[in-house]
Amino acid sequence: MSDGTKRLVVGPFNRVEGDLEVRLDVADGAVKQAFVSSPLFRGFERILEGRDPRDALVIAPRICGICSVSQSHAAALALAALEGVVPTDNGRVATNLILATENVADHLTHFHVFFMPDFARAAYSDRPWFAEAERRFKASHGLSVREALATRTTLLHVMGLLAGRWPHTLALQPGGVAKGADARDKMRLLATLGSVRADLEARLYGAPLERVAALADAEELDIWRRTGPDGDFRLFLTITEDLDLAALGRADDRFLSYGAYPQEEGRLYAGGTFAAGRLGSVDPSAIAEDHSFARMEGREAPHHPFEGSTFPDGADETGYTWCKAPRLAGLPFETGAFARQVIAGQKLARDLAAKEGANVRSRVVGRLIETARTLIAMEGWVKALRPGEPWCAQGALPQAGRSFGLTEAARGALGHWMVVERGRIARYQIIAPTTWNFSPRDASGQPGPLETALVGAPVRQGEKTPLSVQHIVRSFDPCMVCTVH
Amino acid sequence: MKAAPFTVLWLQSGGCGGCTMSLLCAEAPDLAATLASANIRFLWHPTLSEETGDEAIALFEAVLSGAIRLDALCIEGALLRGPNGTGRFHMLAGTDTATIDWVRRLAAVAEHVVAVGTCAAYGGVTAAGVNPADACGLQYDGRRPGGALGAEFRARAGLPVINVAGCPTHPNWVTETLMLLSAGLLHGGDLDSYGRPRFYADHLVHHGCPRNEYYEYKASAEKMSDLGCMMEHLGCLGTQAHADCNTRLWNGEGSCTRGGHACINCTAPEFEEPGHAFIETPKIGGIPVGLPTDMPKAWFIALSSLAKAATPERLRRNAVSDHVVTPPAVRDIRKR
Repeated sequence: MSDGTKRLVVGPFNRVEGDLEVRLDVADGAVKQAFVSSPLFRGFERILEGRDPRDALVIAPRICGICSVSQSHAAALALAALEGVVPTDNGRVATNLILATENVADHLTHFHVFFMPDFARAAYSDRPWFAEAERRFKASHGLSVREALATRTTLLHVMGLLAGRWPHTLALQPGGVAKGADARDKMRLLATLGSVRADLEARLYGAPLERVAALADAEELDIWRRTGPDGDFRLFLTITEDLDLAALGRADDRFLSYGAYPQEEGRLYAGGTFAAGRLGSVDPSAIAEDHSFARMEGREAPHHPFEGSTFPDGADETGYTWCKAPRLAGLPFETGAFARQVIAGQKLARDLAAKEGANVRSRVVGRLIETARTLIAMEGWVKALRPGEPWCAQGALPQAGRSFGLTEAARGALGHWMVVERGRIARYQIIAPTTWNFSPRDASGQPGPLETALVGAPVRQGEKTPLSVQHIVRSFDPCMVCTVH
Repeated sequence: MKAAPFTVLWLQSGGCGGCTMSLLCAEAPDLAATLASANIRFLWHPTLSEETGDEAIALFEAVLSGAIRLDALCIEGALLRGPNGTGRFHMLAGTDTATIDWVRRLAAVAEHVVAVGTCAAYGGVTAAGVNPADACGLQYDGRRPGGALGAEFRARAGLPVINVAGCPTHPNWVTETLMLLSAGLLHGGDLDSYGRPRFYADHLVHHGCPRNEYYEYKASAEKMSDLGCMMEHLGCLGTQAHADCNTRLWNGEGSCTRGGHACINCTAPEFEEPGHAFIETPKIGGIPVGLPTDMPKAWFIALSSLAKAATPERLRRNAVSDHVVTPPAVRDIRKR
C-alpha cells in the first residue's frame, strides 16, 4: 500500500470464546479500517435440519460451551411457541435462575480471565497501577483471577442442583424445567448465592451489591474511582482513567435487547432498542441477515431468518468471514450487557450512554452493574420457588409450523427461528449476539459494530498485535463459536 | 534442582469451548492448584494465556522446532477436513494455515496426544447430521478408527490418542489424565477399546443413579420432570453409557439424571446420532431395543415383568410425580 497504510493481520486472538482474526489497515499510528473475521465454520443450522424438533434442546446448546444455557433457552422458547405451551410459575422462575447463573458466571469469567489480564502485560510496567494489576490479574496466576474462578465454581453449584450440570445442561424444557427443587434445595441455593455475594462484595466491589446497583450517574462513578472502597472494580476505574478507555472503541450507539428474565409482570430487564437517545421496540419482522461479505451463498438480498440459509461458499473470495451480517431495519445494532442495562433503564448506564456512548469503559461497567443487579434478583427468585407445585407443563408438537425464541445471553440478543415440516426441522436459523456485534460489512458497505469501534484505535510503534485493539475487541466479550455457530 | 515441568499445549478446533469451560470448574483443589501439585504447566491455552497473535505463533514455532519440549498436545473440538479436504473451514487465525495441518505437525513432536471431549475424540456433535464441515476426531471418524491422524498414529511415547471423551468432559477426567501421564502411570492397557481412560470409562452412568430403585422395579417416568426411571420411555442410556457421572458428581452435586434428564451417552462415538429423538426410547413389542450392557435379553424381559408385578405402590405413584407424594413408610425398628 503506497499511501503509507500498512496491513496487520491479528490472530490467533485468544481470551475470547472461539476463533477470531482481525485485519487492520493502519496509518499515522491509528487504525483506518478494520475487517473482522471468524475463521471457523461448523454449520449447526444444517446439522439441525431433518431432526426431531425436540433434539434442538440437545444439539443447539452445543453451539457454545460458554453460553449453552442461553442457546438452550432460545430453543425451548421456540418449541414452546410451536407447542403453544406456557411454562409453569416454578418452571419460569427456575429457568430465570439457571440462565442468570450462566450470565453472571460469564460476566465474572470475562472480567477476570478474558479482559483484565491485558493490563498486567509488560507493556504497562511503567504505569503507577501496574504492580497491583499484575498481582491481581496476571493471566492464569493473578490472585483475583484465581479467586474469581473459585467464586464462579461455587456459583455453578446452582447448575448442579437445578440443572444437573454445566455446560450443556439438558434441564430446560418448553414447559419449564426437568427437575424440581425441594425445601432443602432452596436452602442450599441460598447458601451458594450468599457465598457468591460475600466473595464479590469483599473482592470485586468492596461494597454491598445494592450500592453498585444504585449507581446513578457518571459523577457517582467518578467519586467511586477517587474515594470508593478498595476492590477490583475501583482498580479497573483507576486504570480506565489513566488509559482513557472511555475514549476507546465507540461504535454507532444503536442498542438492541430482546429483554430478559420474565417475571409475573414484565421482565426484570425490559427489551427494546435505544438509538439517538430514544427508546424503541423491536420488530422481529424487520430483522434480516445479509451475506454480501460472508462466505455464504444467497447474496442476492438480505433474508429474514425464516427464509435464511447456511450454505458455505468455500470458493468465494469477496467474503472475508463465515459470519453473516444481521441488520434491524437495515441497520447494524450493538448488543450486550451495556445495551441491556441502557434499555432496561439503569440510571448509570443511561447516563453513560448519553454522555459517552458505548466504549471500552462503559461496556465493562455495564457488565459489573448487571452482575450486581442480577445476583440480587436471583436471591428473590430462590425464595419464590414453590416445592410441591408443578415444574414442567406438558405440550404436544404439531407436525408443521414455524416459531421463534428470543432471549438474552450474557453477550446480548439471541434468537432462534425454526420451521417444522412433517414433524421434522425443515429450517433452523440462529442469530447470536456476537453475530450482531462482530458482523462484517453488508451490501451497502456498512461495517459491523466492532469494525466501526476499531477505527481510530491507536497503534504504537512496532506493535504487531496492538493493545488498544485487544482492549476494544475484548470489551465486547465476543463469543465467536456462537457467531458462526 | 526442580524437575522440568510436564508441558501442555492446548488448541481448540471445531468445538464449542465447553470442555475448557468445564475444566475451569475443577474444585477441591482448584485447577491451578491441581496442575501445580503435579508440576504440569500450560505452555499456551486459548482461554488462560496472555500471549496473543504474533507472540502465540512464535511459541507454536518454538515447539515445532524442538526448542520447547511438548509433553502433551491437548486438542479440544473436532478436526475439520472440509471443504473438499482443504481444512479451510478452520484456519488458525493469523497463520493462513488450516488448523488440522497445525495439529498434524504438532502431534508429530508431542510425547502424548490427548483428545479432550467427544468432538476431538470421535467428531461428536460437530460431525452430526449432514456433517457440513466434514468433521472427524483425532484418531476416529465416528466409530471407525482413522480420523485426522490415522489409525496407525502413535505419539512419541508410544500411546495412541488418549480419548477423554464426554460432551463436555468432567474437569477431573482431564486433570487426572494429565496427572497420570505426567507421573508415567498411564499405559496402553489403561485405555478401553475406544481409547478412553478406564479410570472413568470402566463405570456406567447407571452406577449411583438416585433413580436406581425405580429402575429395579421398572417404575418409569412418563414425562419430563417425573421422578421415575427414564430408561423405559425417555431415552435414558445410563445403563450403557461409560462414565462415572453419578458417583463423581458435577458442579457440586449434579449429573444429567439427577437434573431430571435422560443420559444421552455423550462419552460414546456417534452419540450424536441415536437414530431417534434423544428423549424417546425405541421399543420392539414394548421392550426397549437398547438393553443394559452385559444383560441377556431374555433375562431382562423376565426380570422386568417380575419387577413390574412387584412394584411397590410408593414407587408406582412417585415415579410419575415431580415430587415425592408417598414417602417411605416409617417403621418402629423395635417391632421388627
